[in-house]
Parts: sequence; C-alpha cells; structure tokens
Amino acid sequence: MKPVNQKAWLMILPVVLCVAFSAILPLMTVVNYSVQDIISPERRVFVGTEWFKQVMRDDDLQGALLRQITFSAAVLLCEIPLGIGLALAMPAKGWKSSAVLVLVAISLLIPWNVVGTIWQIFGRADIGLLGAALTGLGFDYDYTGNSTHAWLTVLVMDIWHWTPLVALLCYAGLRAIPDAYYQAASIDGATKFAVFRYIQLPKMRGVLMIAVLLRFMDSFMIYTEPFVLTGGGPGNATTFLSQYLTQKAVGQFDLGPAAAFSLIYFLIILLLCFVLYNWMQRIGTVQEGEEVSHG
Amino acid sequence: MARIDLDLAHAYKPNPQSDEDYALLPLKMAFEDGGAYALLGPSGCGKTTLLNIVSGLVKPSQGTVKYDGRDVTALTPQARNIAQVFQFPVIYDTMTVAENLAFPLRNRGVDAQRIQQRVGRIAEMLELSGQLDVRAAGLAADAKQKISLGRGLVREDVSAVLFDEPLTVIDPHLKWQLRRKLKQIHHELKLTLIYVTHDQVEALTFADQVVVMTRGRAVQIGSASELFERPQHTFVGHFIGSPGMNFLPVRREGDALVVAGRRIANGPVAAGPAGEATLLGVRPEYVTLAEPEGAGALPAVVAQAQDIGTYWLLTARAGDATLRARLAPGQPVPAVGATAWLQVQGSHTCFYKDDRLVAQGGAWQ
Repeated sequence: MKPVNQKAWLMILPVVLCVAFSAILPLMTVVNYSVQDIISPERRVFVGTEWFKQVMRDDDLQGALLRQITFSAAVLLCEIPLGIGLALAMPAKGWKSSAVLVLVAISLLIPWNVVGTIWQIFGRADIGLLGAALTGLGFDYDYTGNSTHAWLTVLVMDIWHWTPLVALLCYAGLRAIPDAYYQAASIDGATKFAVFRYIQLPKMRGVLMIAVLLRFMDSFMIYTEPFVLTGGGPGNATTFLSQYLTQKAVGQFDLGPAAAFSLIYFLIILLLCFVLYNWMQRIGTVQEGEEVSHG
Repeated sequence: MARIDLDLAHAYKPNPQSDEDYALLPLKMAFEDGGAYALLGPSGCGKTTLLNIVSGLVKPSQGTVKYDGRDVTALTPQARNIAQVFQFPVIYDTMTVAENLAFPLRNRGVDAQRIQQRVGRIAEMLELSGQLDVRAAGLAADAKQKISLGRGLVREDVSAVLFDEPLTVIDPHLKWQLRRKLKQIHHELKLTLIYVTHDQVEALTFADQVVVMTRGRAVQIGSASELFERPQHTFVGHFIGSPGMNFLPVRREGDALVVAGRRIANGPVAAGPAGEATLLGVRPEYVTLAEPEGAGALPAVVAQAQDIGTYWLLTARAGDATLRARLAPGQPVPAVGATAWLQVQGSHTCFYKDDRLVAQGGAWQ
C-alpha cells in the first residue's frame, strides 16, 4: 500500500489561518447575528430565519434592489462599449500613448468621496459648470429635486469615474494582439469592421470579462459617491442597496435584519457574478462539445 | 500570377548613413512567373523584410517593386492581390475552419457557390475536410497553421503566395508532408511561391531557385547544386552544407600554391602574379583521404572523428587551419592524433578573394 503522509496538511495551514481570520470568521459573525435577536449584550434570543423572511418581504429593500439592478445594467451597457471605443481610439505608440494613458487614468486616482463632492458642485445650477451650462441651454436641470435627474447624474458620474478602467483594460488587451493578425487581415482583404469583429473583439474577450465583472461588482456595491452627491435622494430615488443596508445597520442599529440582509446581498452578488462569468465563457466556446466529438 | 521585379533598398531608420543602418542593402532581383523561390539566411538577415516589401506590408525606403512591369510600390497588399502566410498561425478564433478558409474570398465578394467549391478543394488538399465545421480556436498548432496555409492558397488569381517560415510550429514528420504538399500544389496551380526560411534543407528541397541572404544582402541566387558546387560568396559556402565549406588561406608562388606552409600544385593554368593572398574553399564532401605526399594533399593531425550515422566526420588540423572531411562509409577512419593526408586540391576546389569567388575547378587563374 502507498504510504500516506498526513504532514502535508501542515503546508496549507498558513493559508487556512489567513482565510479563516480574514474571511470566514467575520462572515460567521454576520451569520451569528442574522439568526438571533440581540436585545442587549447579555440577552439574545435565537430567532431562526425570521430576519430573512422579514427582510425579503421589505418593500423598501425590493425597491432598492430593483434600482440597484437597473443601475448596474445601465453602467455595464454604457461603460463597456465606451471603454472599448476609447481604447480603440487611443494611440498605440510613442509619447502620445503615454500622455493619453496618464490623462485617461486621472479620474481613477480620485478618492470616491472627492468624486462625489466634485459632481455635487459640478451639477449645481448656480456655480457648477454642468448645472449652469444645462440651465443656460434651457434645461430645467435640478439633481437635488428631480429624481430622474438625480439618477442620471449618478450614472454619468459613475461613467466618468470608471470608464477609464474599462478603457485601460481593453487597451492592454489590444496591445497584446500580435502584429501578424493585422498583417494577415490586411492580406485577406478584411475591412476595418471585420478586423474589429473577428480579431480585436475575440482577442479582448479575457480582459472584457474582467472589466465586466469588476464593473458589475463595484457598481453593485456603490455607496460613497451617491451618498455624497445626493444622499440617496430625492426621496429614495438614488438609495442603492449598500446605502439602505447602512441605514439599517448603523442608522437604526437593527443588527439582526442588517446581518440577514448582508448575507442576501453577498449571495446576490455571488450569484450574478457566477451567471455573468459562465455566460461570457460560453459566448466564446459554444461548440466546445462538438470539437471533442470531432476529435 | 505575375513576374516580380525588385530594385530597391530599405532602412527602418530615417537617414541611413552606413551599411549597418540598412535592413536591406540596394538589390536588384526578379522572381519569374510561376517559379518556386526560397529566401534563405540566418535570423536578422533581412529576408522577412524583403518578403514584406514584396507583399506590400512594408514600403521600401528607396526604389520600386514591379509586378509584370507595373509599379506597385505604393499599393496595399490587397491591391497587389497577394497571399502571405506567417510564421505563427493566424486564425480567426470565432470562426469555423471553413469560415476561416472562406474569409479572403468573402472579403472580395466571391459568390457563395464558388467559395464552397474552393474551400472544399483546399481543405481536401490540406486534409482538413473532416474538420470544416469545427471552431478553429480549439485546434492544435499544426492544424491552425494548415488553416493559415489554406487561407494563403484559397484564392487562385493571386499574384504570388509568400511564406514566412510557415513550418516553424509544425512537428518534424508533418513538416516533410506539408512541404511535399506545397511542392505538389505548386506543380498543380503554377503559382509564384516565395518561401522564407533559415533551414537550408527546407529551402533546397522546396525551391527551384534559392536566394541566400546575409546582413541585408542577397549574396547568391541559384539552384541547390549551384549553391553547393559553386558558392559565389564565402558566406554561401559556410552556410550551405553540413558542415560548411572548409576555408584555408592560400598564397601563390610561381606555378604552385602554398597552403598551410606546404606547396601544392595549381590547376592547369598559366602562372599569374605571385604572392597574392586569398582563400581556398573545399567542401568536406570533397576532402578525401590521399596517399602520403600525394599531389594536392595536405598532412593534417586528426583532432576528432565522429560517427554521424551514414558517414564519419573527421576534424583535423593542418598548420593553423581546421579541415573537416566527410568520409564515405567503408573507408578506413584514421585514429585521433594520427597524421592523415587529405586531398584539398581538385576539380571542386574554389578560390575566394574578399569573400567573392574568383576561380574554381582547382585552378586559380
């Protein structure tokens, strides 16, 4: 019989400890809260799935979830094509490419709350460039009072802040395509669109997947910028999930429902990422099964 | 199909000053319609640059490219109607094998029925018929390269098909097959083929005419036997053959030659000016064991004797020079350390001055 050396388990011990303290134990605390009613530090009652049921039936939460999904979808639909377009338009070589890279990356270097503040002033009708310009053009623009305007402003702010990330990822993907592909396409008489459709887009699949996942997760967890810009208002037009959660946990100190909701939030992100990832993987490899059968 | 005339030079840098600044030194050459050519040379000798200039991917910094007498220097590869296959497989990931092969035709608006016919024929030639509906992305490197080759051959009206070391990623046993296939296709389709390689066996077996290049210069254009028997340049002698040609410093004294401190007979020519120094070149295949003190033979100390399988390779020192000899099977092999007499003077011996061939046939005129 083959000897079994159980000492090998010791090798993964550091990793197990790291993961335990950084992820599993904090998460278990949340799980612990989510099934108990904590009345005072000494008194607590096990309530089972009651918080989960309560949270799921909460109309405010369902509203926030719907707004959140709409927002993330809009973010992806705007930022991904814009980022690809930007990357295609960026110069490939020389000092121009370095200069453009720096310019494009600037918005990524600004802290979230500063971004919120910038746009808060930017959008003001009296002194803000955007607000004053729109008002001057005859639009009745008011992001603090009109919920559609508020929602659109938050969206445009996110696009301004994060499209460069998509653009940089796509740019890296584009630069990784060997020249031979372009040469072959030119020999084959491909049009510019064909080059994009059959070479650039397929070759960017990997970085696009990362861009989509990152932008989805980040936009789904967005907190600081709308909090600074609109404070979730007017009404609750721009109250997204994380802000709603904060109101529950910190504002009202409803630890039980907040913990239950945290877990649901976490599972929603995990599930949607899983779906997105698998869907994008499939796009490129639909006929994998056939290849195997053809040998 | 077209005859291609080149009269050009190319430098990647602006304002080239010295010869080193040029990727291609001024050259004039013609590729005949329907010929099979190879551009042979070590890495960095300018062969890929030359190929890209022919196809139109690179515009020469000076001079012209002509197809059938028409100046195409400023035209794109598409306008030149050229096909080119690259060193590493280029395939369109999202397409099937058939769509990949059809791509060059589709871009040119060929009708569907004709496309299907051509794709079917090329796939059959390259033994891809069974995989036509498979996505190209999942295939192995050699199958991908076959697709690249197929895309190069799928158009029948091309001016020429250019290959840039296309068999680099292919397994050796498949290399032979594919090379034979390309030759066969050349015979069937009568296309002008230009094939870039650094492998002399590949060049000599594939092409009717081989262009040997070094440092941006085409030093000789000729058939395999011309390159072997009469290298016009010491580089050709050294690069072609395995091992390459032996070169020994030689001086002429009266009607005799002095090689490695020993007088040997010159060929049947009248005596010329004495004292001129040059190089004597002789292929290892023609260096044979000779009688001691034989005419045109040198005594050399055997340094190494290797069994290469079908022949013995002898390395010997004659004075300061090293001599290599390929001994035919069955010949006695001298022991290491022994002195062997080696024939260097004969009808295959060549003489070089400033790296150029000045005399051959063992007679230095």
